[in-house]
Amino acid sequence: MYQHTRLTSNNLNFFYKFRNFDYILLTCILLLGFISLATMYSTDGGKILFHTKSHFTKLITFTFMMLFFSFINIKFWFSIGYFSYLIVIGLLVWTYLFGITSSGSQRWIDLYFINLQPSELMKIFIILCLAKYFHRMKLEQVNSIYTILTSLIIIILPMGLVIVQPDLGTSVLIAISGIAVLWFAGINHKYFIFTMLGFVISLPFIIAFLKPYQKLRVLTFLNPDRDPLGSGYQIIQSKIAVGSGGLFGKGFLKGTQSYLEFLPEKHTDFIFTLFSEEFGFVGSAFLLIIYAIIIYRIVAIGAQSRSYFAKIFCYSFGAAIFVYITINMSMVLGLLPIVGSPLPIMSYGGSSMLATMIGFGIVMSAKVHNQQSIA
Amino acid sequence: MINSSSDNVRKLNSLNRRMFITGSLKFFIMIGLVSRLFFLQVKENKKYLTLSDKNRIREWKLAPVRGEFLDYFGNIIAGNFEAYQLHIIPEQVENFRYVIYRVKDLLELSDKQFKKILKKKNEIKPWETLIVSDNLSWNKFSKINNHLYDLNGVKPVISISRNYPYKENFTHLIGYVSQANENDIETNEQIKKNFVPGLKVGKVGLEKSFENDLIGTNDIERYEVNAYGRRISQLEFQKGEKGKTIKLTIDTEIQKLTNELLKDQAGSICVMDIYTGSIIAMHSSPSFDPNLFVFGISQDDWQLIRNDPMKPLVNKTLQGNYSPGSTIKPIVALSALENGIINPNFTVKCNGKTEMYGQTYHCWKKKGHGFMNLRNAMKQSCDTYFYEIARRLGVDKLSVTAKKFGLGEKVFGDLFDIEKKGLIPNTEWKKNALGKGWLLGETIITGIGQGYIQTTPIQLCLMTAQIANGGHKIYPKIIVDEDNYDIINDKFTPLYENSKNIKIIQDAMFGSTNEVMGTSYRSRIDNPKYQFAGKTGTAQVKKITEKDRELDLKTFEIPYEDRDHALYIAFGPYKNPRYALSIIVEHGGNGSTTAAPMAKKLFKSIIDRHLLREAINNKKYLEI
Repeated sequence: MYQHTRLTSNNLNFFYKFRNFDYILLTCILLLGFISLATMYSTDGGKILFHTKSHFTKLITFTFMMLFFSFINIKFWFSIGYFSYLIVIGLLVWTYLFGITSSGSQRWIDLYFINLQPSELMKIFIILCLAKYFHRMKLEQVNSIYTILTSLIIIILPMGLVIVQPDLGTSVLIAISGIAVLWFAGINHKYFIFTMLGFVISLPFIIAFLKPYQKLRVLTFLNPDRDPLGSGYQIIQSKIAVGSGGLFGKGFLKGTQSYLEFLPEKHTDFIFTLFSEEFGFVGSAFLLIIYAIIIYRIVAIGAQSRSYFAKIFCYSFGAAIFVYITINMSMVLGLLPIVGSPLPIMSYGGSSMLATMIGFGIVMSAKVHNQQSIA
Repeated sequence: MINSSSDNVRKLNSLNRRMFITGSLKFFIMIGLVSRLFFLQVKENKKYLTLSDKNRIREWKLAPVRGEFLDYFGNIIAGNFEAYQLHIIPEQVENFRYVIYRVKDLLELSDKQFKKILKKKNEIKPWETLIVSDNLSWNKFSKINNHLYDLNGVKPVISISRNYPYKENFTHLIGYVSQANENDIETNEQIKKNFVPGLKVGKVGLEKSFENDLIGTNDIERYEVNAYGRRISQLEFQKGEKGKTIKLTIDTEIQKLTNELLKDQAGSICVMDIYTGSIIAMHSSPSFDPNLFVFGISQDDWQLIRNDPMKPLVNKTLQGNYSPGSTIKPIVALSALENGIINPNFTVKCNGKTEMYGQTYHCWKKKGHGFMNLRNAMKQSCDTYFYEIARRLGVDKLSVTAKKFGLGEKVFGDLFDIEKKGLIPNTEWKKNALGKGWLLGETIITGIGQGYIQTTPIQLCLMTAQIANGGHKIYPKIIVDEDNYDIINDKFTPLYENSKNIKIIQDAMFGSTNEVMGTSYRSRIDNPKYQFAGKTGTAQVKKITEKDRELDLKTFEIPYEDRDHALYIAFGPYKNPRYALSIIVEHGGNGSTTAAPMAKKLFKSIIDRHLLREAINNKKYLEI
């Protein structure tokens, strides 16, 4: 009650904000950062090379950025909801026109000090945008045709821009982020069920439209031994690495699969494989627990928040992070076809980490300003 | 305001409800991921651990050391020597072009050889060994060693390779080794198992027959490798086993003598122990140096061997199907005696030719031999006599006796895949093979070893040995059986009905060599220690026409390929015989002038060396 009266004013002092931090979440993020650095060190063959250094720099920079964001009032995040979304859309258009092409897809913008991947940022800002969109909406309005159409356009526009890059994986993740918001906003569950049904029915037609390499991935997923040295190679080698880790793993820097370069893309999408090979089931479970705590804290912060915007953002962001982790792990454990999806914080990649840290920053801001209501 | 607040409550309720659903979903998915991890890492750990080892551990096989061939006295007749080779691993060379040109200069390689090496380099992976030269002379090898300071990545290697110290002496018997080809690998499991690039395997002869014993097993190096196959570290070295050493019954001295005797002639000589069946010597001429094949024969050398009209590539001892000529007469006579067709006193008058069934058959002696009994007919090789007894005997009875004595079937069974069966004809064979009835005239010429009948030199040798040992079955062998060594088996299976008949044949053969008028009288040895008994043969290559008979040309006047084959079979010493031999000289003219004198030289040497052979035998007994 005391707090309630005090916090009607917008001027919270620095020390109060500092005290109001979610230290469990912060500890988990830092722990995760430390683990990811150690793993990156291992991918460099036990030496401090390019990936380790670069990952370290980004981790430090973005952690401070996250802390800085925590001090920014949640109202600010609310206010830039649409604007930031439009900026990222602009960046995606820019990418489409002038982006850098690498391994056959045009995903990056050269910002001289960093190669930015706007599609990664979109994974966060679409949540921000939709959260703002639904914040003031009455429950009756939520299920109106107009609302549904608008929100679908908000989702489909960036998806389209990412698909043409081409990058199916990220566009699916963007869609999932958006759909998470729609779900929490209270769109009738019938729509979700019908969409699911529609998707399953149209799956054969979708497959017909897939690019050959995407089709190959699906086929390979269904039977990796079909072409063990070609497209099935990644799944097989990844499963071998994880499986050979055993209960306690082969030991730090002793993962033969990665050390001898059998693992594909071990810095990015397959980083969990290396970790799992070296630290075994116990290590992997520990990592999953850290992720579980992070997600739990995000959701808890949402529950404690006063504003509907903060709640819906936290819930959706928590769900999105959960989906990223699930998709990445299912992929490396051979439960899903290979789609390019990084493991948050663990994987090497500036844009992905930037996006995740922005997300954490906003969540932290929601925690610090949890008594803040937004008109 | 109230409206709005109740709406807010409903909105929050919906949000919380959905949050709860999402939370539970997350929980179950998390459990799913953990159980998947558990399944892979704990339950299926063994399987994936094996797969991971299979990934990272790779074996490198080294060429096995091939077993050797020894002669009866322990001399190495096919051995191994240290070949000086030059290897390069391309990825370890900084400037490959520079180094390879330096090597070219030092080794004085021709442009053709050089191109071959460059081609080979492009075919292999950069971390694989490129064999620049597989048999360097010591001079070049030391030259390379002196220049190693600026030949980074070049490796002079001493490797084990096949060597045949007696060169052409054993070629047909031992065969030779050469680079294994696709076919060798596919047809032989052992070769497939032990294969390494550059592996040499037996191509013909005993080298091929005993491939599985000789090949040995690879040295195996186990390395940890990365995904690109590059070696990271050696984990293990497993020493292979050398192939089995095979000891032959051959006496190198006799073998060398046979080679000398047949020098510049086409033909074959084989010598056999009449009790043990051990082959003492077995040679086919002309021969060639098997060492040429070890590192791949040059095109010029190959053409020379291939186009030689005397056909050095044919092993005449085993592959040569020859008309036996008069050397078949002991069997014809024996068959007639055994079947009771004649007795030794049966007499025929020879007029030089005889008329049967409307056809004239000539004896080799134009004037005729006069009255001939069996012993005289054998001694002087009277054709008329044998025409008559063959006519009375019939080809079917003859073929039974001939087959009993080892004609018409492979002497070594499956040991040599090239061995021919020869042909002992009978009426049934002709009906089946040619679809025609047997003509009586064909029986008559079969009686002097012409017509369909064909034998290989080794068969004639076996036949002679079995007559010499008193008519008992023996099993020829080349390999010394280490277990029961050269023990004479007491239990012989007799091949005769009446042992007296064998004695009669032996005696007739004695006469043929050691009595005046005998066909090989001039090649006799009077010293009873060396005295031998034999039978000459002259096999027609071409049908003799009436015109030829009139001309009656001397051998040297006839073109080479039309000349008769000269044959000789013999055993000795006559008292207590121990060895039998067969000689054939292709287009040698006449058995008594060409083949029989060789037997004389051979028996001297064979019988002189008998004691040495016995000594080896006794030594073995003592050791046991």
